[in-house]
Amino acid sequence: MTLPPGGVIREMGSTRKSRTGGWRSERPIIDMEKCIECGSCWIFCPDNSILVRVEGSRRIYSVDYDFCKGCGICANECPSGAITMVLEEK
Amino acid sequence: MPKWDVMHGSRAVAEAVRLAGVDVIAAYPITPQTHIVEDTAKMVADGEIKAEYVKVESEHSAMSVVIGACGTGARVFTATSSQGLALMFEMLFVASGMRLPVVMVNANRALSAPISIWNDQQDSISVRDSGWIQLYVETNQEALDTTLMAYRIAEDERVQLPVMICMDGFVLTHTVEPVEIPDEEDVKRFLPPYRPKVYLDPRDPMALGPIAFPNIYMELRNEQQKAMEQALDVIRKVNDEFKEVFGRGYGNGLVEEFNMDGAETVIVTIGSVAGTFKDVIEEEHPDVGLLRVKSFRPLPKDDLRRALSKAKVVGVLEKDVSIGLGKGALASEVRDVMYGAGRQPRILSFIAGLGGRDIGIDSVREVISRCKKAHEDGAGDVHWIDLK
Repeated sequence: MTLPPGGVIREMGSTRKSRTGGWRSERPIIDMEKCIECGSCWIFCPDNSILVRVEGSRRIYSVDYDFCKGCGICANECPSGAITMVLEEK
Repeated sequence: MPKWDVMHGSRAVAEAVRLAGVDVIAAYPITPQTHIVEDTAKMVADGEIKAEYVKVESEHSAMSVVIGACGTGARVFTATSSQGLALMFEMLFVASGMRLPVVMVNANRALSAPISIWNDQQDSISVRDSGWIQLYVETNQEALDTTLMAYRIAEDERVQLPVMICMDGFVLTHTVEPVEIPDEEDVKRFLPPYRPKVYLDPRDPMALGPIAFPNIYMELRNEQQKAMEQALDVIRKVNDEFKEVFGRGYGNGLVEEFNMDGAETVIVTIGSVAGTFKDVIEEEHPDVGLLRVKSFRPLPKDDLRRALSKAKVVGVLEKDVSIGLGKGALASEVRDVMYGAGRQPRILSFIAGLGGRDIGIDSVREVISRCKKAHEDGAGDVHWIDLK
C-alpha cells in the first residue's frame, strides 16, 4: 500500500467518504406527527446530522444515518417527544 | 573562506542556524540551551539571519509554531532541553507523524525531580520512540556541522522526518572550543534551499495531519519506520558529502570507530564523554576499542553487529537509566542487536554522570577496569559508576 507521507489528503471534503454512522448503537427516529418544527434537534446536533427539507408549508426533519453517531442529544432536547432512540440491531 | 574562532557550543549551533538560511525560529529559553535562543535572536535582530523569530510562551508552543511553519514549506529551527523537551512531548509525535523536517537542538539535561539543571541524557533518551532522528555529538564543531547535515537528512525525500541534535548541556553548550565556521558559499552548495513538493498553500488546498481511521493508521506508522530505515543510508551519504565539501566527517555518519582493530574489550558510548575515553585509551589502554554511537535513532544495527562481532566484552556507558529495567537504554538495545548475531560478547551496562556528576579520567579508568574483569566470578552486568 502506497500512502502520501504524513497521510496528507489533497482532495477537499473527503471526510464525506468516512461514513461514521457505523459507530452508532442507537438510532434516533423522528415522528413527524408529533414534531412542532422548532428546529431544536437541528441546532443541538453536534455532527450536523439532522436534515431539513421544506414541503409546502412544512419543514420536514430527518436524520442523516451515514454520519449520525446516535448520541441522543436530539431526542433529549426535543420539547415534544417526537424523537425516540431505538437500539440498532444487526 | 572558512574562519576559525573559539566559542561556546551554543554559539556554534547559532552559527549553523545562520548559515542554514532558516525561515522561522521559535524557541523558549531554558538552561543550558539559553545561549542558543539568545544568539539566534540577536542574529535575527541584527539582520544576519533573515528569519521570522516567533516569541512563544512555552516549549509546547515553540514546537507547534515550527510545525505549522514547516507545513507551509519553511525551513525551521528550535532548541530546547530537559523539562522543555518533556513539555513538547505531545508535539514531537505530531512533527514526526506529519513527516515534517523540523530541526531541533536538544541541550541534554537531567529531568526533575529532584530538579537539576546539569547534564545527563535522560531527556532525549526518554523520547526515543517519538519518531525523531536523534544524532548525538561529541564536540562543538560536530554540533555545528551536524546541525547543517540535519537539514539535508530531514528534508531528503526518502526520509522526511524531524531531526534532534543532542549535545551535552554545559559540557558542550557552555564550554569554549576552537570551531571552524564554514564558508557561506560552501554551505549553499551543500545545503540548497528547502523546496518541498507538498506544502500548505491556500491556492492548492490540502489537509495536513487529518484523522486516520483504524484502516490506515497502522500503515502510516509503518511508513515512518520505513523512512527511518532509509535514513540510515541518507545519513551515511550526507556525512560523505559533508566530508567532500568541508574536509571533515564523523565516522560513517552513524557510528564512529576508534582503535577498534583487534580490540577484545570495546566501550560503546554516546555523546561528549567519548572524548574522555579516547584520551584514556590512547594513553593507557591501547588494547581497548571505542564505538561511539552518533545515530541513536535510527539505531545502526548492522554497524553495531559488525563492529562488535569480534569483541569479548562490550561495556556500554551512558547517562541515562531505564528505571524498572535497571540498566541503560542503549545497553539494552545493544544486547537486543547482538542477540542472534553469532558469538555473544559479554555486554555490561554502565550508568554514569546522572544529574551532572562529572565523568572524569578516574571514572573512565574504572569502567575499563571493570570490563577487563567482566569474566571474573561475581562480576555483575550493571554498574553504577561513582555511586556513593
